[in-house]
Amino acid sequence: MNGSRVGAVVLRMLYLYRGSPQRVFPIFIFVAIDILVWGFLTRYLNSVSHADFNFVPALLGAVLLWDFLTRVMQQITMTLFEDVWTRNFLNFFASPLSTSEYLVGLLIVAIITSGMSLVVMLVLAQIGFGLSFLAYGAALAPFLMVLFVTGIALGVAASALVLRLGPASEWLIWPIPMLISPFAGVFYPVTVLPGWMQAIALILPPSYVFEGMRSIVAGQGLPWDRLAIGGALALVYLVLACMFFFAVYRTVIRSGLIARYSAETVS
Amino acid sequence: MIPPAPCVLSVERLEKSFGDVRAVDGVSFHVAPGEIVGLVGPNGAGKTTTINMILGVLEPSGGRIEIEGVDLAVDRSKALSCTNFAAVYAPLPGNLTVEQNLRVFGKLYAVKNLSERIEKLLAVYDLTRYRRTKAGVLSSGEQTRLSLAKAMLNLPRLLLLDEPTASIDPSNARDIRAGIAKFVDNGLCGVLWTSHNMYEVQAVCDRVLFLSHGLIVLEGDPKTLPTEHGAASLDDLFVNVAQEALHDGSGR
Repeated sequence: MNGSRVGAVVLRMLYLYRGSPQRVFPIFIFVAIDILVWGFLTRYLNSVSHADFNFVPALLGAVLLWDFLTRVMQQITMTLFEDVWTRNFLNFFASPLSTSEYLVGLLIVAIITSGMSLVVMLVLAQIGFGLSFLAYGAALAPFLMVLFVTGIALGVAASALVLRLGPASEWLIWPIPMLISPFAGVFYPVTVLPGWMQAIALILPPSYVFEGMRSIVAGQGLPWDRLAIGGALALVYLVLACMFFFAVYRTVIRSGLIARYSAETVS
Repeated sequence: MIPPAPCVLSVERLEKSFGDVRAVDGVSFHVAPGEIVGLVGPNGAGKTTTINMILGVLEPSGGRIEIEGVDLAVDRSKALSCTNFAAVYAPLPGNLTVEQNLRVFGKLYAVKNLSERIEKLLAVYDLTRYRRTKAGVLSSGEQTRLSLAKAMLNLPRLLLLDEPTASIDPSNARDIRAGIAKFVDNGLCGVLWTSHNMYEVQAVCDRVLFLSHGLIVLEGDPKTLPTEHGAASLDDLFVNVAQEALHDGSGR
């Protein structure tokens, strides 16, 4: 692993962010809008609900955590798409840059940008709607870690799909978090799902985070053993996603697709 | 047979098949330090496929590539760290400035004293006034000069140039050819140069390889080859070879 080469991948993105407000804006704006919309919705639900239940940590907290996962995944794929849009794969991969160095570069960019998104969300949720993350106690760090690793795994797997299927597969990538969310029990307990959906939820790391979050909000404490399963699953998916990426890279090197990437072919 | 050192590039029985099509069919050649080798042939002859394999972005079906004695299949990063390339079909990211591009690629190639190197290349390729200009808004000639500046960043031992002067006017093309020839004159760098411009090949190349249907069908000094084969010029020889290969069906 060569630090200079990893740094080159990161530096390229820093240059792009520095010179392009339109790239910086989405890091903040979408999460900020989500926090505002769901913040006001939870405030409204609290006002009309007669139940002794605070919707803020349950719903707004869920939105914040889910947005965090989504941002991590999108930042990984966005960095890769910069190479797609500028037809830069040939320049990068005909250099000494290795696949793992490229992936680490994507990861560092995702850490920086999703960290910025997270700070904006935390500040807005705290100041605007009184969502104190102290409510989740020590569990917040593992929650974020499981979602972060899951987001990276999704981003790496999505990047592999883009590499394999061509630039037009962009349209397959963006909806991935939306496709997962019904099964992950972001806003409702997994027990309300039909049996087959619950079975899928069992293999999704975020479902353990959101179940844990609801357990804390309900005053039942955090089932650490369940969260540990979620964490282990996230790590397994990360390893599988990296293996998938390396396998796809070998395929596109064998077929020559990477050298003629803009051809938008799956052959 | 891979010749003994000191070759910067040794290619031995290189093959690439796409399904039933043999794009490169057992090609062997070498490039010595201080040597410019032209790789010419009609469209689809296998030139870019060969270059892509040497650049490590296309896996050969068979054969071996060594750069500075390092087997590309064994240690890709080491082999490519002393290589660089410029090709018309591989423009640098248009959303970065000239200087940013050189800095990013300089870090990719772990160039020492990068700022100093960038300043020198900006001056050599007449890009100083464009240093803060996005590469995407440069003219095609300026973009080509930027690609060449990037290709020279790491003082490569092996330089691969795929039609490097295709978008450049004759005056600039002459300057660029002279610049590359001067760079090679230090005896450290070898160049593999593809071009459809036979005048250019004759002017700069020490040796030329005619590729047709994935095979090297002719090899020699571009200045004497036409006479040796009864052609009036290298251009005529190119046409003859291409047509013979065409009539032959496979060129074999």
